[in-house]
Amino acid sequence: MLIQILNGLSFGFLLFLLGSGLSLMFGLMGIVNLSHGSYFMLGAYFGLSVSKWTGSFWLGAALGGVITGVVGGLTERFLLRYVHLRHLDQVLLTFGFVYIFMDLSKWFWGGDPLSLSKPALLNGSIDIFGDSFPVYRLAIIIIGFLIAVLLWLFQEKTLIGAIVRAGVDDRQMVTGLGININLISTGVFALGAFMAGFGGVVGGPILGAYQGMDLEVLILALVVVVVGGLGSLKGALLGSLLIGMLDNFGKALFPDFAMVTIFLAMAVILLLKPSGLLGKPS
Amino acid sequence: MNRGKSIAIPLILLVLIIVPLFLPTYSLNLLTLILIFGIFAASLDLLVGYTGLYSLGHAAFWGTGAYLIGILSTRGLITNFLPLFLLAILAVAIVATIFGALATKVTGIYFLMITFCFNQVLFVIAWKWRAVTRGDDGIPGIVRPDLGISLNLGDELNFYYFCLLFFLASAWTMVRITESPFCKALVGIRDSESRMQTLGFPTRMFKLLCFVVSGLFAGVAGILSAYYNGFVSPLDLSLVLSGEGLIMNIIGGVGTLWGPIVGAAVITLLKHLVSGYTVHWPLIVGGIFILVVMFARGGIAGALKERWKR
Repeated sequence: MLIQILNGLSFGFLLFLLGSGLSLMFGLMGIVNLSHGSYFMLGAYFGLSVSKWTGSFWLGAALGGVITGVVGGLTERFLLRYVHLRHLDQVLLTFGFVYIFMDLSKWFWGGDPLSLSKPALLNGSIDIFGDSFPVYRLAIIIIGFLIAVLLWLFQEKTLIGAIVRAGVDDRQMVTGLGININLISTGVFALGAFMAGFGGVVGGPILGAYQGMDLEVLILALVVVVVGGLGSLKGALLGSLLIGMLDNFGKALFPDFAMVTIFLAMAVILLLKPSGLLGKPS
Repeated sequence: MNRGKSIAIPLILLVLIIVPLFLPTYSLNLLTLILIFGIFAASLDLLVGYTGLYSLGHAAFWGTGAYLIGILSTRGLITNFLPLFLLAILAVAIVATIFGALATKVTGIYFLMITFCFNQVLFVIAWKWRAVTRGDDGIPGIVRPDLGISLNLGDELNFYYFCLLFFLASAWTMVRITESPFCKALVGIRDSESRMQTLGFPTRMFKLLCFVVSGLFAGVAGILSAYYNGFVSPLDLSLVLSGEGLIMNIIGGVGTLWGPIVGAAVITLLKHLVSGYTVHWPLIVGGIFILVVMFARGGIAGALKERWKR
């Protein structure tokens, strides 16, 4: 039971890396980044290549995240903001990128599923109350928790974080105060993309890197963010841990239809409280 | 403009009826596929262009229709086309009503996400419920419809005319719908739902009706595609298919019905042409889509309408 909970937590924190970026992007810019799953996949692929070339998993994770972050930042700066589109059109734009990244990743890494090896340090399992649990998954929980704390500190205790919070509340007001919210937006987008990519590498040893991962992961990210509340970091954490647990226990109880449970959760939330558990009603 | 229409329509009809007699099989089949996707894209336009509800889950109806045909016709219990068709359409109607009743509670981004979500539920069911759907193996061996008359629909030319009949009937019906007061109300809802509500329109009921009607035609397209391919698989319920429908709509120009049909033709032709030279079709279609959204949001229909104004 404890093992299952830990399993759910580790998957949940992985989802948090994904969902927090998506949630912030929506909160600040009103864009649902449909290519967010693609960022996760790209990160996994880049991380795989970098760690193969350099022999270092962590370098792979860092660079995988950074490259994805750069891609995200450039996309926001030159495409999403360049044309003054309605929010819906920006979302469609991100959807176009799903196709592009899908093709490019297949071009460079091939159609076969690839696997990332765990860093040697985190191999093996440890004993928890009599059951063995993989060290790596424990590491994911710790990493995820640290990042959650860092993000919270960033949002609550720094000036930029305050600007982001203000921007989520009332973007026009922030601009009116003379703050360059556009630069911050690009930064938030890049940060979200970085975390998705980083998550992709970190999740790599467990999930691998394969074609079709982008859409599978996107769905989970959307569910997390809708359940938790678009625009809320706490909501993203709550949503991702909830969904991580639901997914894990769902797979244990109804192996074939675990996914359906998750979607039903999303549908229920969308219908009863569209702004999510911790989101602001719009 | 109207004079142009009254020449164009008979001309197009003539072309659709006469030209296929002289086409080689490959081109004929491509034309059949265009007709099928034309129905699909146009049906989505009722939702997207006229009611303003952008759906990423339209493949749900195509796939339901296709799978019902696949499941029912390969069991050998029913062989006649009419009951197969009616059962498949009934299934689509049920799915559309359930999804629609829930999805029309929200709009905009949330509508996009919930339709995506419902689509994925069906996709996962098709993938996992191997007993019925054979999972990712798909259901092969779907034979062409038996109409009870001595017409062999295995012959590609015959099958083309069969699909043409459905295409014309669907297109005609959808055009009549767009000319109806019902559709005017839908446009009103698209422009301002609150205003329509103040005027006393039952907007949710109208949106639901549109959702179901749109889904039914998409189901027809799916049914035809099952016969066209002789095969049905989870791809018929995929996000990629839903996305293609949306792309056809936007490239063709939403809110016109004929725009998305043109978009369907363009995308289908491009896909088959490009696939002869490169595997990088997704890259190309993604790129075109992005360019259209950024620079030519009205699509082909929008661009043409601009030219005709002068």
